[in-house]
Amino acid sequence: MTVYVDRTHGRTLHPLHAALLAGTTPLFLGAMLSDLAYWTSYHVQWINFSSWLIAGGLVIGGLALVGAIIGRFRADGARRPLAYLLLLLASWLLGLGNAFVHALDAWASMPAGLILSVMVVVLACAAAWIGLAGLAAGGAR
Amino acid sequence: MNHAGPVASIAFSSVLLSACGGNVPDPAQYGADPALPDPQKSLLPSMKIADPAPWGDQKPTVPQNYRITAIATDLKIPRQTLVLPNGDILVAEGRGGNAPKLQPKDIIAGLIKAKGTSSVESGNRLTLLRDKDGDGTYEERTVFAKDLNAPYGLAVADGHLYVANQDALVRFEYKEGQTESSGPPVTVTGLPSAINHHWTKSLTASPDGRFLYVGIGSNSNITERGMTAEVDRAMVWQVDAATGAHRPYATGLRNPTALAIQPGTDQLWSVVNERDELGPNLVPDYLTSVREGAFYGWPYSYWGKNVDQRVRPQNPEKVASAVPPDYSLGSHVAALGLAFSTSAMGAQFADGVFVGEHGSWNRKEPVGYKVVFVPFRDGRPGGTPVDFVSGFFGADGKTRGRPVGVTVDPRGALIVADDLSNTIWRVTPVR
Repeated sequence: MTVYVDRTHGRTLHPLHAALLAGTTPLFLGAMLSDLAYWTSYHVQWINFSSWLIAGGLVIGGLALVGAIIGRFRADGARRPLAYLLLLLASWLLGLGNAFVHALDAWASMPAGLILSVMVVVLACAAAWIGLAGLAAGGAR
Repeated sequence: MNHAGPVASIAFSSVLLSACGGNVPDPAQYGADPALPDPQKSLLPSMKIADPAPWGDQKPTVPQNYRITAIATDLKIPRQTLVLPNGDILVAEGRGGNAPKLQPKDIIAGLIKAKGTSSVESGNRLTLLRDKDGDGTYEERTVFAKDLNAPYGLAVADGHLYVANQDALVRFEYKEGQTESSGPPVTVTGLPSAINHHWTKSLTASPDGRFLYVGIGSNSNITERGMTAEVDRAMVWQVDAATGAHRPYATGLRNPTALAIQPGTDQLWSVVNERDELGPNLVPDYLTSVREGAFYGWPYSYWGKNVDQRVRPQNPEKVASAVPPDYSLGSHVAALGLAFSTSAMGAQFADGVFVGEHGSWNRKEPVGYKVVFVPFRDGRPGGTPVDFVSGFFGADGKTRGRPVGVTVDPRGALIVADDLSNTIWRVTPVR
């Protein structure tokens, strides 16, 4: 990688891609909070909420990931850093593992489910941070 | 810059690693003291779903000097049968349950498991089979009652025919020789039916006809639908036949799918389906005498005091009071039928019980898919189970039938309901 992106220059992200990327984080965040609620209350409804929020995060995040992969092939110098794609990919794969963990019955999903949820949120936030950085300065057209 | 990548992949692969570790050889899991391996957690439950095929010219396998015939076909999901005093056979047909899908998993698992069962619509009826001339061919077939709600358990006592629907215990007047009910049933008592994850309500009557025993399964595998869903579940009720009043007779029985009274002792026995997703060799399904007031562990523990860590909050007091069941049938066999034998079944199979095993899903190597005979000695199970009807799971990997209810005809026949091929089989000693 020899090209360094100029942050003050026009880095663009398709509005749909930006919306998907921004939408992933609150879904995974909601799952994490829901896991915390299960952890403290033992009420299984929270783990049901988590499961659906994670499924939603995987759908929206998966589409954002497709956008990020396509973006790697852009030749106009407006590419995101590689870290963006890697972080998004890592959050998606961990999120997929987390979905399987959450499919375990009752407390069998804990503590692994909560730990994974925290890691997924951190990764998804980092991906969104890098992915969306510079948009305000450069602005999407 | 991207140090999060390696960290993530380490964590993910450790999760995957914990998913492996199967292929433990089967421990000896029959009898009073089965080997219990440590629980296994796996990301995906190991599954092997029955791959149905028609019987064609084939038949289930029975021991030498026994014969098997199909006495009724094209039923609508036969589950349990009852031999009436005059030799007529009643068949309860139907499929129940209305458990909502709470998680993405429920939708996926439902689609997969449906492949291994019959696609015929629920009969919701009782069919009566009659062998008029005693030649072993049941040439007369009538619908005894219809518009029932997933009938399962059947019992006859004191001039009444009792039917355990998935939501109520009902009663018909019954006179010997009747081929159709004389009117709609009377409700004896409602039964717990919200969600109905395990919907089958098993039934038997005390010999004097005063009490009925109803087996009510849990509303989840292991409390994943919440503890409030488990009120009045996973227990056997004793119901007063005259008033409909009920009380828990024994509790902690995850899914008591068949009940029977032991002749001579009047002791209640049950086969019980235990919990899944702890590995291929946990938890053994069992046959047990049902002791009044006893707690058999579910959900807090299994096989006595082995704590199930998936349950929160835990309950050490309940675990301390849990009693182990009498006899392990092996994990995941899915015992759904139970009947005490008689001398008319032949010397080798005279003293003991027949157990119908619907067959496993939560296991790579299928188990069950047969009817076994558990020999008794001095009124207790003694010895390993003997295959009595097998060949439901063929050598070609296809499943042609799945046994459910078993009933002994005192004149010397075993009646087996098969809810995959929708057939009633009759096994008789060759004289």
